[in-house]
Amino acid sequence: MSARLKKWGVHSLFLLGGLAVWQLLSLVYGPEILPGPIYTAQGGYELLQDGTLLQYIGISSYRVLAGWTLGSLIAIPVGLIIGKVGAIRAVAEPFLNFIRFIPPIAFITLFLVWFGIGETSKIALILYATFFIVVLNTLTGVLSVEEDKIRSARSMGASEWQIVLHVIIPSTVPYMFTGIRLAMGTSFMAIIGAEMIASNEGVGYLIWNSRLFFRTDWIFVGLICLGLMGFLTDRGVAWIGRKLLSRYGVVSTTSLRR
Amino acid sequence: MSAAPKSNEIYIERLNKSYSQPSAGELHYIIKDVDLTVKGGEFFVLLGPSGCGKSTLLSLIAGFVSKTSGEVRVGEKEVVRPGQDRAVVFQQADSSLFPWLTVRENVEFGLRMKRIPAAKRKEISDKYIAMVGLSGHEGKFPRELSGGMKQRVQLARVLSNDPDILLMDEPFGALDAMTRRTMQRELVNIWRSTDKTVIFVTHDIQEALLLGGRIGIMSAGPSSRISHIYEVPLSYPRDLASPDFHQLHGAIQSHFEE
Repeated sequence: MSARLKKWGVHSLFLLGGLAVWQLLSLVYGPEILPGPIYTAQGGYELLQDGTLLQYIGISSYRVLAGWTLGSLIAIPVGLIIGKVGAIRAVAEPFLNFIRFIPPIAFITLFLVWFGIGETSKIALILYATFFIVVLNTLTGVLSVEEDKIRSARSMGASEWQIVLHVIIPSTVPYMFTGIRLAMGTSFMAIIGAEMIASNEGVGYLIWNSRLFFRTDWIFVGLICLGLMGFLTDRGVAWIGRKLLSRYGVVSTTSLRR
Repeated sequence: MSAAPKSNEIYIERLNKSYSQPSAGELHYIIKDVDLTVKGGEFFVLLGPSGCGKSTLLSLIAGFVSKTSGEVRVGEKEVVRPGQDRAVVFQQADSSLFPWLTVRENVEFGLRMKRIPAAKRKEISDKYIAMVGLSGHEGKFPRELSGGMKQRVQLARVLSNDPDILLMDEPFGALDAMTRRTMQRELVNIWRSTDKTVIFVTHDIQEALLLGGRIGIMSAGPSSRISHIYEVPLSYPRDLASPDFHQLHGAIQSHFEE
């Protein structure tokens, strides 16, 4: 209890210190260049009042969650198949290693041409951002299953299909989970890029559009919202992992970096 | 008239194993020209220095790896793949047990693969969990158990499938001396209460003499073979301090010092 209290104490001290430094710097450079916390809070309140902020957060979250969920759902079976079937892996691996170096943002224009200006192109972009990370992690997980586990299952009468279902998939769960968590970070980066270039709503749009009115405080509001959205979803995903998947060895609580 | 071969007898004739390609010219053999007959219900120990191919021979009998030439039969059947008649207890419990399953779920794994109803599964797992002395630990996960307890789980897990033959690959090698002694004593008791054939691999002369009815000495690799078979005419439980034990120990020891 006291350790928990101490942790919260340190966190809030850190927060207060940060706010103080931020305020001081804004006094030095002026609110147009660097809007301070009070100024930013006023800007945020303004955006909350007319409803745009919540709407933007909602639309950005929807795009990320939809693309990320779809991407993960498709990527897991694909990763399992590539990992399990050597012939497919031999063909797919160079391709995967080629395409994973192309960042999602580089595809924005093409995706707009292919999928139109609407939601489809954004969700497809997030799907792309998620897909390869989850495939590669799942694939690595399949290749890391200890031979002894497969051998022991086989000599206890498990069929090849049962080995996939009862040995390979459970062994791979921590890798899939890590992939899914990492993909969340990339998804946020991709959606902001997409919304800056080709959207008229969303947090990325807010950040980009605020330049027209020289509202640097709104930019700060957007940045803080992004940080909070990422932080909260990551915590949420980690919490779900801990609750549902702990028997598979998913225990990590610390944030992942890319 | 000779009776038909029993399903727990093992016949090995002129068995060769090489991991190099036949097209590569000269073959480098791990084991060469191994002849061995293990009678039904026998406790046979394979004794030899590290890297002599004991584990390879065990893997060949288990059906995990394919032979280069020669013959391996269990009863009347040629060994071509792993089968439920030959259970394997691995050296490393951590790599062969399923960490996402509890003790009971691990023990019931083979039964579940065969779709045996839950009530029957519980009856069988209760019996073998009690036999290896793990009653009261059914709900624990492998990570909560000590090394000796994990090997007990492995033993119960294979026994619950009622195999004819137990193939054990240095299963007590990583245990401390006292746990090891207990496990050896209990293994002998379990073996004597069944009619199962055991092939036990070890590099420890004392362990070989405590357990084996016969001890096959494997020569140092490469091109390893069974160079000599010792009969152990001592009754169970074996007395480490007896003169006969001591004499046999000396004889085998000198075999390796040549």
